Amino acid sequence: MDDIDTQNIELQLLLQAIYLKYGYDFRNYAKASIKRRVQHRLVKEGLDSISAMQYKLLYDVSFFERLLLDLSINVTEMYRDPSFYLALRKTVAPVLKNFPFLKIWHAGCSTGEEVYSMAIVLKEEGLYDRTQIYATDMNEVVLRQAKDGIFDISRLKQYTANYQKAGGQESFSDYYTAHYNHVVMDKSLKENILFSDHNLATDGVFGEMNLIMCRNVLIYFNRDLQHRALGLFHDSLCTDGFLCLGSKESIRFSQYSDVFEDVVREEKIYRKLN
Amino acid sequence: MKNRFEAVVIGSSAGGIKALRAVLSALPSEFPLPIIIVQHLHPHSDSYLARILGAKCGLKVKQADEKETIADGVVYIAPPNYHLLIEEDRSFSLSIEGPVNFARPSVDVLFETAIYAYRDKLIGIILTGANNDGNQGVKKIKQIGGYVIVQDPATAEADAMPNAAIAVTKVDKILPIEQIGPYLLQLVNRSTQEFGSRV
Repeated sequence: MDDIDTQNIELQLLLQAIYLKYGYDFRNYAKASIKRRVQHRLVKEGLDSISAMQYKLLYDVSFFERLLLDLSINVTEMYRDPSFYLALRKTVAPVLKNFPFLKIWHAGCSTGEEVYSMAIVLKEEGLYDRTQIYATDMNEVVLRQAKDGIFDISRLKQYTANYQKAGGQESFSDYYTAHYNHVVMDKSLKENILFSDHNLATDGVFGEMNLIMCRNVLIYFNRDLQHRALGLFHDSLCTDGFLCLGSKESIRFSQYSDVFEDVVREEKIYRKLN
Repeated sequence: MKNRFEAVVIGSSAGGIKALRAVLSALPSEFPLPIIIVQHLHPHSDSYLARILGAKCGLKVKQADEKETIADGVVYIAPPNYHLLIEEDRSFSLSIEGPVNFARPSVDVLFETAIYAYRDKLIGIILTGANNDGNQGVKKIKQIGGYVIVQDPATAEADAMPNAAIAVTKVDKILPIEQIGPYLLQLVNRSTQEFGSRV
């Protein structure tokens, strides 16, 4: 048994300790990314081993909170993959217009950039006022940021370009107010968004949805956890409800490939079959 | 047959497409190992790199898919705007965590996770590039006993990446670009025979 084998044991014990002490379940996350991030945190904190890190996180809540931010990846941007939002507008929105009331679940919303992107699409398509959006994440720190809707101004140029590529019809600057280095998203975008704590590894169904969006979250899960999350989405969707995944994610090789059909294949937009 | 090596990882950046073509075109279709490549690209460049490289290469070239099992004799390219990681069961993971060394995909992320999966049975190659991405990965491949080849900076369109790799550790071989493919083939064939006869 070499050092890597020993580290794998330590990592397994660390994830078990996190689960038992704090209730966050990373045991079925894809290991390579978790391991890399734990090792980089180890170096940053000047710790000798993952075992030493385990001891520290059991007794030091603030250390755990730092580690939690490492483990839950919170990188996102507005209109990530503009072509997806264009398809949402062109192909999905016309179908949604048939419903008097809509429920949308944005699972793993992180700091909220894509929730606001979706809200703007719904507004411009005349759907926002009849929609309830549930934006969930397991991490309360990022959820608070999402709720605040305050973003760094340095990325606005890129977001504006993305908005236009995604078929935006107005001037993007109508949707925010600039304050020094930040922009504050318009309050009216938040009216129908409920930000709430939900963990795809441990929590269950909480409502019947017309559309679920979960982009670039499943890539961090192993097959078992992907299966759990897809089952949760399937159980939460009404018949004909839409499921939107990230552009490199697919249900094609999962056990759920038969119960969804492609709507826009290259954008990973699916529809639940009866 | 048992092989001393089980995978090849390659990192390249500015000038890399030409360099990758030179390396891959020297390899026969029966090359026995998987080759996994991070080439820095524009985030919205799609899958054209796999097409370009596939056209000049006897091996199958494809973009790496999420959870795909890694097969021998296939060349995999990291998708633009994602990090490419290797799991211990020798399948791929993707990640959109922030850029590492200003790059996504990052060579270091690929190399570091390839070590988890292949340990000392890994060959790492650094080609032309204008930054230092990959040098931490190279250092770790050497620490664990893998093999590292670096493009001779004098023959690189951008010499920063090869120079950074050479500066960080004692690499096994520094070669002009046209010799890397033939040398890799020889290295893998030779080690197959030696390793095979020893077992």
